[in-house]
Amino acid sequence: MTQVLVFFDRVENQLTPAQAELLTHADALGDAVVVTGSLPPEGPAPLAVQGVTGVLTGAGPMYAPDPALADLVSAAAAELSPDLILGPDTPDTVDALSRAAVSLNAGLITGANGVTGSGSATKSVLAGSWRTTARISEEGPLLATLRPNTASQQVIPAEAPEVVELEVAASSAVEILEEAELPDSGRPDLTEASTVVAFGRGVDGDLSLVEQLADELGAALGASRVATDAGWIDHSAQVGQTGVTVAPQLYISVGISGAVHQKAGMQTSGTIVAINRDEDAPVFEIADFGVVGDLNDVLPQMIAELRRRAK
Amino acid sequence: MPGSLHIITLVKWVPDAQLERRIGEDRRLDRSQGILGELDEHPLETALQIKEQHDADVRVSALTMGPPGASAAVKKALQIGADDGFHLTDEALQAADIWTTSGALAAAIKYVRTTAEDSDYLVLTGMASEDGETAAVPAQLAGRLSVPALTQARSVVLTDRQVVVERLSGNRLQKVSAALPAVVAVTDQANEPRYPNFRAIMKAKKKPTTTFSLTELGLTRYAVESKVSLIAAEPRPERQAGEIIHDDGNAGQKTVEFLEKEGLL
Repeated sequence: MTQVLVFFDRVENQLTPAQAELLTHADALGDAVVVTGSLPPEGPAPLAVQGVTGVLTGAGPMYAPDPALADLVSAAAAELSPDLILGPDTPDTVDALSRAAVSLNAGLITGANGVTGSGSATKSVLAGSWRTTARISEEGPLLATLRPNTASQQVIPAEAPEVVELEVAASSAVEILEEAELPDSGRPDLTEASTVVAFGRGVDGDLSLVEQLADELGAALGASRVATDAGWIDHSAQVGQTGVTVAPQLYISVGISGAVHQKAGMQTSGTIVAINRDEDAPVFEIADFGVVGDLNDVLPQMIAELRRRAK
Repeated sequence: MPGSLHIITLVKWVPDAQLERRIGEDRRLDRSQGILGELDEHPLETALQIKEQHDADVRVSALTMGPPGASAAVKKALQIGADDGFHLTDEALQAADIWTTSGALAAAIKYVRTTAEDSDYLVLTGMASEDGETAAVPAQLAGRLSVPALTQARSVVLTDRQVVVERLSGNRLQKVSAALPAVVAVTDQANEPRYPNFRAIMKAKKKPTTTFSLTELGLTRYAVESKVSLIAAEPRPERQAGEIIHDDGNAGQKTVEFLEKEGLL
């Protein structure tokens, strides 16, 4: 039986879709124990999920970017001798597992699409243009972060797991001086959404149509570098080589020319639909369905048609 | 602000992402051509701004690890404004994984530090390399140096012996501080990198670059053996252009019909 240690930097009163998906992967691989920097006030209830056999925390909560999170992972690994240590592919998780890999003397693969119990992982590299398989060269464990698959996975409820505290405490190496939650758009998280509507220069600062389209489709909103640099939306919405890489089932590109940089962040999407005024826009080279036209004509008609069908 | 500060910026020579990149039969990335990674210009800009904002003695070193051609990345960094360059090159570092990269860089940083031992230091990196894209080296390097890592930094301010960064942690915007020494990974939102001008390019010719191998670091080939190796690599089939229509007044409707046909509604 493969022993899987799953790391979440924090667990809140509801699992994120990426966390839920990771637990279904872990359940398919073997026995899973979750180690986390913090639990919600009501305890491990959100982790009452099939496959989770136990929960480990530190002596008191600790939050990213505290390097103690890495110590916690190492301490948990020392208890369990897992074959795999997995986490969602978020920067804070990458940091904690990278650091833990040093003390565990172990190999690390980030941004994997899949892993096996024997320590190999597949991943897309070079901006999605190549697919690779890598494997640890010695005995385990393998540490890996997994990209969301965006296929919605249903976790199966189970009894609440037992929580055991390890003797690792928050450190004073970093101090969080201020913290503010980003405003909630009410839309799904960009990296986890099964549909993404992304916009660029073409919307000229007016987001009303792309927002309405996204809401009709239950989609997340993404943007090109031009649109985030112009301040039309927060930088965290940037899809591209230096921003977020997305691979939704459906990607709708609105008013984005689709230069190499943008393409790098979305070319592994399932289906790509592009709407652009310029018929020579590079995005049409990779679109499954392309509309050469004015978004101010095409989008209102799409939205009206979607609303008509929803009735 | 410390009386004397040594900033080490990591720069990487990477294949140009604008051109076709390929993995060879030997399962290694073709590194015959390269440029200074664009994401590495941001930490360099951060370093130069810190140097300019403080009257105190700030030294900016550019450190790279890579094949002989990687000296071009150091040269570019010197032209942009770094004071001196360091280039670790060794055949044993080919196809280095995260483990090997962070181990060799940690040893290289200790080596570079022997040239400025009595100052505080700060290691600045980009958010990720444009070829490996693992984003894991900054935190692993910090672990090896036993210093904190502040990644995803959108802004970096140095006061006294503290570095303060703004970063995104999940859906939270944080302001976080750490005492020097520290490793800070800077995003491409942090600043707008400068271009070297003619005067700077001329001046760079006089700046010193030190090239060294694992031997100078006291490391053997075995000490930097990768934990993870590539066993297969294949190009993803190119996406093909699908149906392209010109809006004749019904394109919105036709798009929705396409989505329905594909089962995407």
